[in-house]
Amino acid sequence: MLTETNTLTKADALPPVVTYGEANALPLRKVRKKQVTPEATAKRMAWVVQVYAVRDSKDRKAFAELFGYFAPRVKSFLMKSGASPDLAEECTQEVMATLWNKAHQFDPTKASVSTWIFTIARNRKIDILRKQRRPEPEDLPWGPEAEPDQAEAIGLQQETEQLGQALATLPEEQRKLIERAYFGELSHSQIAAETGLPLGTIKSRIRLALDRLRHAMK
Amino acid sequence: MMNDMKQIKHHLTEPLLIGYAAGTLPEAFNLVVATHITMCDTCRAALAEYEAVGGEVMLESNPVDVAEDALAATLAMIDGGALQQKPAPVRARDSVFPGPLQDYVSGDIDSLKWRKVGGGVSQLVLDTDGDASVRLLRIPAGTAVPDHGHRGTELTLVLQGAFTDEEDRFGAGDVEVANEDLHHTPVAEEGMDCICLAATDAPLRFNGLMPRIAQKFIGI
Repeated sequence: MLTETNTLTKADALPPVVTYGEANALPLRKVRKKQVTPEATAKRMAWVVQVYAVRDSKDRKAFAELFGYFAPRVKSFLMKSGASPDLAEECTQEVMATLWNKAHQFDPTKASVSTWIFTIARNRKIDILRKQRRPEPEDLPWGPEAEPDQAEAIGLQQETEQLGQALATLPEEQRKLIERAYFGELSHSQIAAETGLPLGTIKSRIRLALDRLRHAMK
Repeated sequence: MMNDMKQIKHHLTEPLLIGYAAGTLPEAFNLVVATHITMCDTCRAALAEYEAVGGEVMLESNPVDVAEDALAATLAMIDGGALQQKPAPVRARDSVFPGPLQDYVSGDIDSLKWRKVGGGVSQLVLDTDGDASVRLLRIPAGTAVPDHGHRGTELTLVLQGAFTDEEDRFGAGDVEVANEDLHHTPVAEEGMDCICLAATDAPLRFNGLMPRIAQKFIGI
């Protein structure tokens, strides 16, 4: 009896165990995809055009449109990730200025505007909030870039819209779980469980592009 | 790039990809993830997907008002030339260390300051912040790393050579994600030293008295 009690006490004293393994991960359920409306597609493509306008003609009106929509959402993400309002404000402005500076790197066949801005915000969060070095995968040598294929760009924007809609219509509990994972409140493999997001389409599109690139370079 | 010559069988887990996408992993784990993705198109594409989910989570979150002069302040920052990009680091293409790792290691395998950790195995602890640590391991061909278990998570990415443990065979590009339920004895294959990048978020637990004493001195 005594031994058992001791064991329990010891176990309780251990820090919580964080696991990143596959043991608890459940397979994602397949969800039937909804059609994306022309309005939703147009909204997504308008963002792409606005980034192009910033890139090509330093268009301040287009930048103001992007700013008006994205800055409050970037700030929200940063505050939910633990930044104080002041720090989140400062960081948000830097994220949006980075968008301006890096507009030439944006490729709508590889990421939607929302994804791209999210990664800029994520990077800034690590730089400013965590003050850590930020190892990044080496870019692929894509070579001299042709103008991205329009149909592919539209396809990716639509798939991202589908992902967003699927996220919005998830049962509250599952949606909260995913949000907590992205806001850093959940460092646990629970996130992987039963979310049923339509994952796979963007992955296979990007995989295809990579395969094509490898093939072209042989 | 040698990517397409490698047959990568063991990939990153979903929680690791989400953690990297969200920016919530410790630096040591980010380094392993970024290094693996440099070698693995499958995980590169999967990461793009989890970043897309992150973007949508950001869009769905309730907007928070920015300062009244935020747009003007941002434009002033742009006009002032703040936040200009740093030039990309110069990286060797034929190194056994993929790009992200070259920022942490200077030199090639034979010029590094390896420290012997027993049984012929050597290590080099890399400098990272946060709660996890990461090291390079050099396991001579045919040699075993002492049997050990884990309290947290251990990620082991093979950079050169291969090892086999109770789970499977791990070759260049493969990553083994070991949690506390795994006790394993990795053995490097014959032919070539096995070089691994290994990160842990808790000290390893070695079985047997000698390794445990040694652990105190070598700091793993």
